[in-house]
Parts: sequence; structure tokens; C-alpha cells
Amino acid sequence: MGAAAWLICAFPLAGFVVLLAAGRRLGEPRAGWLATAAMAGSFVSAAAVFAGLMSRDPVDRRFVVTLFEWVPAGDFSVDAGLLVDPLSVTMALFVTGVGALIHLYAIGYMHGDRDFSKFFIYLNLFAFSMLVLVLGDNLALTFLGWEGVGVCSYLLISFWFTEEANATAGKKAFVTNRVGDWGFMLAMFWAFGALGSVRYLDLFGHAGSLSSSTATAIVVLLFVGAAGKSAQLPLYIWLPDAMAGPTPVSALIHAATMVTAGVYLMVRVNPLIAAADAWAPDMIAWVGVATALFAAGAAMAQNDIKKVLAYSTISQLGYMMLAVGTGAYVAAIFHMVTHAFFKALLFLGSGSVIHALDGDQDMRRYGALRAAMPITSITFIVGWLAIAGVPPFAGFWSKDEILAYAFDANPALWLVGLVTAVLTAFYMSRLVFMTFYGEARFGDEQHPHEPSPLMTAPLVALAGAAVVAGVMNLPFTKDLHFLGTWLKPSLFGNEAHLEIGGGVLWLLALVAVVGAAAGIAGAVAVYLRGRLPVSMVERPAAARAFYVDEAVTRFVGGPGRRAFDLVAAFDSKVVDGAVDGVGRSVRAGGTALRRVQSGFVRFYALLTAVGAVALLVWFLSRASL
Amino acid sequence: MDLSGLTTGWYLALAAALFIIGAVGLLVRRNPLVMFMCVELMLNAVNVTFVALGAGLNDVGGQVAVFFVLVVAATEVVIGLALVVAINRRRAGATADDVSMLKG
Repeated sequence: MGAAAWLICAFPLAGFVVLLAAGRRLGEPRAGWLATAAMAGSFVSAAAVFAGLMSRDPVDRRFVVTLFEWVPAGDFSVDAGLLVDPLSVTMALFVTGVGALIHLYAIGYMHGDRDFSKFFIYLNLFAFSMLVLVLGDNLALTFLGWEGVGVCSYLLISFWFTEEANATAGKKAFVTNRVGDWGFMLAMFWAFGALGSVRYLDLFGHAGSLSSSTATAIVVLLFVGAAGKSAQLPLYIWLPDAMAGPTPVSALIHAATMVTAGVYLMVRVNPLIAAADAWAPDMIAWVGVATALFAAGAAMAQNDIKKVLAYSTISQLGYMMLAVGTGAYVAAIFHMVTHAFFKALLFLGSGSVIHALDGDQDMRRYGALRAAMPITSITFIVGWLAIAGVPPFAGFWSKDEILAYAFDANPALWLVGLVTAVLTAFYMSRLVFMTFYGEARFGDEQHPHEPSPLMTAPLVALAGAAVVAGVMNLPFTKDLHFLGTWLKPSLFGNEAHLEIGGGVLWLLALVAVVGAAAGIAGAVAVYLRGRLPVSMVERPAAARAFYVDEAVTRFVGGPGRRAFDLVAAFDSKVVDGAVDGVGRSVRAGGTALRRVQSGFVRFYALLTAVGAVALLVWFLSRASL
Repeated sequence: MDLSGLTTGWYLALAAALFIIGAVGLLVRRNPLVMFMCVELMLNAVNVTFVALGAGLNDVGGQVAVFFVLVVAATEVVIGLALVVAINRRRAGATADDVSMLKG
């Protein structure tokens, strides 16, 4: 049991090391198969740990595997320990499961790439970092994984770095994430200062003894970190640009796993949120729902298929943060898992389309691909129905649960969430109609075709998951609410409980379904029937994502630049000046004193004599006192 | 010859006179050999104070210290004369002031 826990991390690490040493020699496709096998091994280990936990009594479903003492420094000691509990195992399961499928897909997608083996080195390193993040039993180890996935994200976004834009996108992701990391680090220091430990179980055990202002500060700072990693307002700006990476990367890192790390972190520290002032979770909920609405609005008018999915991801992450803020931790994790399935599916499907059209990502040159790509289009349509919230697909159940808790907490949150759901149904339908329906708008010289089975098999597997994943948390009876029961030991009773009764819940679900249907019907009217002009919904402001990027550029380039210059000047003038000044004054003193070194032996003798006399006088004068 | 009038103070005065002669000689003469002899004179002036105080205070430690000074002086003579020979080989008839290449 304990052995299997560290194996979850060890498999991708071993894959990374072997590929690093011999990746080029293994070549294509063996390097890809090795990486995929490492992920599959990791998934099997995670499943074994899951089975082990299931066989235990619910109260015993938490243990720590300490591997070694990582940072021994006086009072401060950090172990490299794995915290195995329902939450971390749930995360590990879907990270390794979806990860293995995407690795498999990437063997086909990266076919013929010059750096085929390097791609899988990065992917395995990413998986290892992500699992360290998820399984770490303290904030420091989680931070190690946090930085690890950040580095891999950077490396993979700019994987085709010979294009300037890709390299720039990688840098943007890295720099933006540093802002979030700053919050994470401060939170970690603060937690250590207040409680003397960064271990989760110590923090949770003493969360009650924290003053509410300290807990609030830690939670808010952690949320800054989470907002960076999980692309919340205003730090989301890196995610749309991150689509410069290869599509499997977008699916794995920028949709299914890494970007959910922030949500995971907030769910993980739920006892701290419970100890914080009430405005902290409220702020999280409002930032989340604002992000959801904002990104859905921007997704309405994007023409790059991956950009639509990127904004959609930001929007869905906003839903998860909304769930965290309203105390619906189970719903947040539920939506995270279902979202991992259908968004990975959608990204991989878009990858197939891009692959079939020789790398073209502009939907205005797509159309009528349904006939040429039956498997891709059917699986994609499953993903579309799931994210649009059509029952009985997975997305309906998880989104409905979030909206129910939002309604319970504050109907205003629910209303914004509902509008977002309508927009989601609309822009996803627009994507599907522009890609798979209508008339073919690509050139005659292009002959789109279905990709190899290596790429369609993961699509089918993920589509299956996107259909049935809702089963793990059906709202009807307690027994069907499996995920909620399973996660209980990780939530310490901090989850919110619905006040509203069954009738209202049915009504809310009905409203959500009607909303989704309205969104789809709107897209049908505009994009299939042509009843309304396209320009009515595709506003230029939305296409430019409401000019946030421009505003940030202007701010950073203007006053920001001047502030940085000021800091740089302080560094070069004052800090460097102090260091140089010490050197200069020693040099000047030496130059002045070298005259004394005349080279005349008799002069030295005179100085010695004068010194001796001076000493004598000094001693005598003291003796007479 | 009646030496009973000679108290320790006289010996110390003699030593002081010898020391000052040596010190002034070291400062004013330029011949390395003579400067060297002046150093010896200063050392021996100190020896005289040791012996005088050893006898006057009836403490044999004063006499013993002289032996240490003599040993150090002997070793110093070896190095000092070697330096004098080395200087004279390089530049015959050089004074101490001519050897100033190591000035700052």
C-alpha cells in the first residue's frame, strides 16, 4: 500500500530519467511508448492505492508516507512525504489516467517531429511534478511540484521555439505565473511563521488556533498563487497565449491537469478557508464567477479553435473557483474531473482537426468535416454536449451541482453562473457548427482525413468517460453521491450543506437545461440557419478579449516600465554604489598610505623608534594615573 | 678599586647611554655594516639592563634572559651579514639608502 503510493511518482520520474539518458537513441516511436508505459504504470499504482483506501474504514483513509527528510534546518524541517487521502488519490487517478491517454495520443500527433523524444522527456517530467504537487504532504513539497509544472509548461509552450511568437508565449506564461508564485511563497512563509510548520496535517490541526486575520491573509495569498496557476482574473492572460504549444500539451497541461492545481490547492487548504474571515471565500467565489463570465464572453468571438477552447477552460476554472468560494468543495473536484475528461477530449479532437488540415487553426477555413472525420466528429460532439450541460452527459451533473450551491449561497452568483452557462452552450455550439457542419471552407488541395488509431483511441476512451463520469456523483440519493462520501475525510466537515430542498433543485436543473438549450438554439439560428448576421454576436471587443491584454501591455510598458527602471536604478546606483564605494575607499586609502613605504631602511627604523617611544609614553602615563 | 658606590642605577644609566648611541647610530649612519653594529650595540645595552637588574634584585632570571638574547643575536648576525654580503655583491659600496627598490 505504502509502496504503491511512492510508485505513483516513481514511474514518471523513471520514465523521465531513462528518456533523458537514452531518449534520442530510443527514437520514434519507442520513446513515446516508454513514456506512455510509465504513465500507465503510474495509473495502475494510483488505482492500487485507491483500492487500498477503499478497503479501509472511512476514518482511516488518510496516511503519510515519509520518504526522507528533505530540508533539515534547525527548527524548520520538511520531509519529502506523500499525503495519501481521498482528495490526493482522486487527483492522482485522473492526472495519471487522462495523462496516459494524452501520452498515447501524442505518439501519433508528434509523429515526424524533430524533437520527438524531447517532447516525451518534458511530458514525463511534467507528470512527475504534477504528482508531487498533488501528493506532497506539505506546502513546500507542493510548491516544488508547483514550480516543476510551471517549468514544464514553459518548456512545452515554447516547444517549437524557432517561432518567435511561441518563445514569447512561453515567457509570458512563466512571468505571469511568477506573480502567483509570489503569493504562494508569502503564504507559505506566513503559515510557517504562525504555526511553525508547513505540513498540511499540522496546519489543519492548528487552523482553529490561528487568528482569523492571519488565516485570511494566508488564504488570500494562496489564492493569488491559485489565480496565477488556474488562470483567474486578472492573471489569466497567459493561458490563451499558451495555446502556442503542441495540442497534446494544451490538452494535458492547459486544460486537464496543471491549471486545476490552483483549485486543488484551495480545496486542500479548506480548514484554513474555514478559519478565515467570511469575505475571503466570498472574494474567491466572485473572482471565480467573474472569470467564468468574462472568459465565456471572450470565447464568443474567437476564430482560432484552440483560443476558443482556452477561454472556455478559463471559464470552467472560474466555475471551479466559484464552487470553492461557496464551500462546495466536492462540486469543485467533481467539475474538475469531468472537465478534465471533456476538455481533454475537445482539445485532442481539435488537435485531430488541426492535424487533418495541415496545422490550420482558423475555424473560418473549416466546415463540413463531419463526413471526412466521423470518429473525431462524433467524439467531439459528445464533448460539446458534455460542456454545454446537456443531460445526461458528465458536464451537466457537475455544473448543476456548482450552480445549486451558488444559488444557495447567493442568487446573484447563480445568475452570473447561469448566464455563463448559456454563453458556454452558445460558443461551443458555434465551434462545432463552424468546424463540422455547414459548407467546406478549406482549400481544394486539402483532403482532411481521420488520424491514426493511436490518436482516435484516446478520443473514444475520453468520450466514454465524458458520457458516464456524471455517475460518480449523482444527486438523487446518498448512495449515489459517491464522490461526496468518498471525499469527506479530506474536507474535515468544512463543506457547505444545501439549505434548499428537492423541488428547488429540480427547478434549478430545469432552468439550467433550458439555458443550455437556448444557447444551442441561438448558435443554430446564427451559424446553421443564418437567421441572424454573425457580426451581431462576434463583437470586436470580445474578439480582442475586452482589451485586457492591451491594457496590461500599456500599463507594464508605461508606468510599470518606469517603476522597474526606478528599481533598476536604485539597484545600480545605491546597492551597487555601496559595494563599489567600499572598494573605492579602500583603494584610495591604500594609495594615500603607500607614500609611507619609502624604501629607506633608516626611515623605517625611525618610525619604529618613534612608535616605541610613543608606546613608552602611553604606558608611563597610564602607570602614573 | 671600590665598586660599592656603584648602585644598579649607574648600570642602567650606562645601558641607556649605550642604547641611545646605538639607536642614533642606526638612524644617522648609512653604511649597512655600521648600522648593523649599532643594532648589536642596542641589543647589548638591553643585556646590560638584564644583568644589572638580575644582580640588583637578586633574581637569576635576569642572567638567564641574556642567554636567550645572545642566541637570537647570533642567528640575527648570520642573516644580517648574509644580507650585507648580498648587497655588496650586487652593488659594491652601496649604502642602505640605495637599496630602495621595494618602495611603494
